[in-house]
Amino acid sequence: MEVTQEITMETPKKETVEVTGSVALLEALITEGVETIFGYPGGAIMPIYDALYDYNDKLQHILVRHEQGGIHAGQGYARSSGKVGVVFATSGPGATNLITGLADAQIDSTPLVCITGQVFAHLLGTDAFQETDVINITTPVTKWNYQVTDAREIPEAIAKAFYIAKSGRPGPVLIDITKNAQIQKFDFEGYTPCHHIRSYKPKPVVRHSYVEQAAALINQAKKPFILFGQGVILGSAEQEFKTFVEKSGIPAAWTVLGAGALPTGHPLNVGMLGMHGNYGPNVLTNECDVLIAIGMRFDDRVTGRLDKYAKQAQVVHLDIDPAEIDKNVKSTVPVWGDCKETLPLLTALVEEKQHTAWLAKFNDYTRQEVEAVIEKELNPTSGEMTMGEVIKQLNDLTLGEAVIVTDVGQHQMVACRYAIFNKTRSNVTSGGLGTMGFALPAAIGAKFGTPDREVVAIIGDGGFQMTCQELGTIMQTGINVKIIILNNRFLGMVRQWQELFNEKRYSFVDIQSPNFVTLASAYGIPGKTISERADLPGALKEMLDCKGSFLLEVMVTKENNVFPMVPQGCSVSEIRLK
Amino acid sequence: MSELTDKQEYNITVYTENQIGLLNRIAIIFTRRKINIDSLNTSPSEVDSIHRFNIVITETEDVVRKVCRQIEKQVEVLKVYYHTNADVIWQEMALYKVSTDIIAEKVSVERLLRENGARAVVIRKDYTIFETTGHREETDALVAILQPYGLIEFVRSARIAIIKDSDGFNRKLREFERLEPGEDVMENEYLGQGQKVFTM
Repeated sequence: MEVTQEITMETPKKETVEVTGSVALLEALITEGVETIFGYPGGAIMPIYDALYDYNDKLQHILVRHEQGGIHAGQGYARSSGKVGVVFATSGPGATNLITGLADAQIDSTPLVCITGQVFAHLLGTDAFQETDVINITTPVTKWNYQVTDAREIPEAIAKAFYIAKSGRPGPVLIDITKNAQIQKFDFEGYTPCHHIRSYKPKPVVRHSYVEQAAALINQAKKPFILFGQGVILGSAEQEFKTFVEKSGIPAAWTVLGAGALPTGHPLNVGMLGMHGNYGPNVLTNECDVLIAIGMRFDDRVTGRLDKYAKQAQVVHLDIDPAEIDKNVKSTVPVWGDCKETLPLLTALVEEKQHTAWLAKFNDYTRQEVEAVIEKELNPTSGEMTMGEVIKQLNDLTLGEAVIVTDVGQHQMVACRYAIFNKTRSNVTSGGLGTMGFALPAAIGAKFGTPDREVVAIIGDGGFQMTCQELGTIMQTGINVKIIILNNRFLGMVRQWQELFNEKRYSFVDIQSPNFVTLASAYGIPGKTISERADLPGALKEMLDCKGSFLLEVMVTKENNVFPMVPQGCSVSEIRLK
Repeated sequence: MSELTDKQEYNITVYTENQIGLLNRIAIIFTRRKINIDSLNTSPSEVDSIHRFNIVITETEDVVRKVCRQIEKQVEVLKVYYHTNADVIWQEMALYKVSTDIIAEKVSVERLLRENGARAVVIRKDYTIFETTGHREETDALVAILQPYGLIEFVRSARIAIIKDSDGFNRKLREFERLEPGEDVMENEYLGQGQKVFTM
């Protein structure tokens, strides 16, 4: 008896169950810890949806109104929660509607696994109904993609998809599954997550010599300056980063996607970089002696004119992606690796310091900026309302605890500049691709990702009209998302450029809007529109106190410009205050 | 500095998994930057399931380095190197189809073929196919020579190149084949060999 038992224990027979490819897919998702899927059914993905019918208690499927909305929701979910966003779409138009979101997730390093249905394998290449060459269309905008034509491939493909999406520098992955593979039955041995692919190095090995060189450079610096980006957040290295900043005493400025990695109010947080960033960080980039870039990629909106960017400085660049090192700005010392690993090594070697005089320079510039720009933007006493005062009053009520989701344009820059972020993963915006229409669906996803946090979407009148069909998703799910439309009756950012650089030739920026409050009410969402300054605090409070979603439209001044501004083609030190 | 800003031919060697769609993934890295691929060869390497690409482009070293890093980033790419022509031994193969009658008649043709190191691959009553291997100017030279004698058809292969410096990739490939490499198996084994060998 005992012997028999031993034998069975030593050679456990792999139990297999005969299941369809669709069931194997859903089982795989459950093992990966997926709880929420954003999707839209269609012909070629019907077998998966049929299987999903029986998984209602284990997997929450959010029916969106458009696949673009679905993928932006997946992005919002991933960005706010740190988990992988999962999106379902059908073949052909369903899949092509994902492209904008894939490109957005690719450039902003957002982990997504998108599952698209595909026509039967025997119909591939025949111009079948709703057939599109999804793999080739999505290749430039995915970290990895794969077409499954046999159900037996599904467990491994999904395991690789999740591993690739979330490891190293995260990104979107697309798995295209032909209809026959969804239907096909096979012996499913259970799902094993993937932890290793021989040709794939998620992160380079840390070279201690580079860390030592970086520390030496930092220790001898008189005017060191830290630039931090989303890499700190993606690497969950906020604490390690804060320790490094506090020990080294170095002023630190953030890229748009890095916002919140260090709390806004931290004494060494000197503000935002880039075209509409703060005055001091831009000007002093060209005065510092050692520039320490952490998890950021020197986007052209950050650097301005590259040949006049920080030429006086020695550059230490910490990044997980070796392709980012020396791509735009030549580094003196490249510290390759995950900043979760490299930052503590660096912290151990840097001397504890305070750069009082140098920090005071930043504060001087801040004073100039407050006087020239910020005060009249945040605390105007006459004239029409500004976007800045809406953000400021929102801060007063949310106390910097909310997840702020923004669209793209003037309101985005204003929100990033003035919103207070006490917590990480609080700023969800389309940074790299600049996708108008991102905010409403991303806010829905962000709320599903962090149901305990207040989620406020700040959207322009233009961007809102690009994806406002997702009000239907809010209606059907009953999710609690606060929507603020900052309505200046213009496509404001383009108008600003036309004013400044095209002699006020306002070419097709005069956009008309429907009655947004009526539109919201058609979806059963309460709303309010205000145009008087006196109504703002009450309206914001009413919005936040509302049990469910609420749409607040604020009529703001029509022709306001976002300043400071580094005009295109100019150096960061040529930043204009007006 | 001139090394970084002057354009010249670079030989890019890429070791990859054998995966459908990877050719496209690599090709679009060049097309996105509007870089023409002068020559492209892809074939199985000495190790089962691992493929080797030889890609030739004319660019500055700065661009080549960035492009190589983008290629190496692809999930199914094992390793990328780039070299100048001086750093590799390279060959292209060419096939020439000429009328057998003409060769039989004209003694000079036979001499010219021999002088150019051409080898007969197929001899039929109506035509003969010769093969040469060499650099572009060598294979070109024979085209010019044969043209007056009624060259019927000509084809040239992509370039293949073998790296002069380094002990090659064979040992590393075998480690990959064993499937359980440590995270650092590909780490910079050629660093220290100066500018000649690029590696990440």
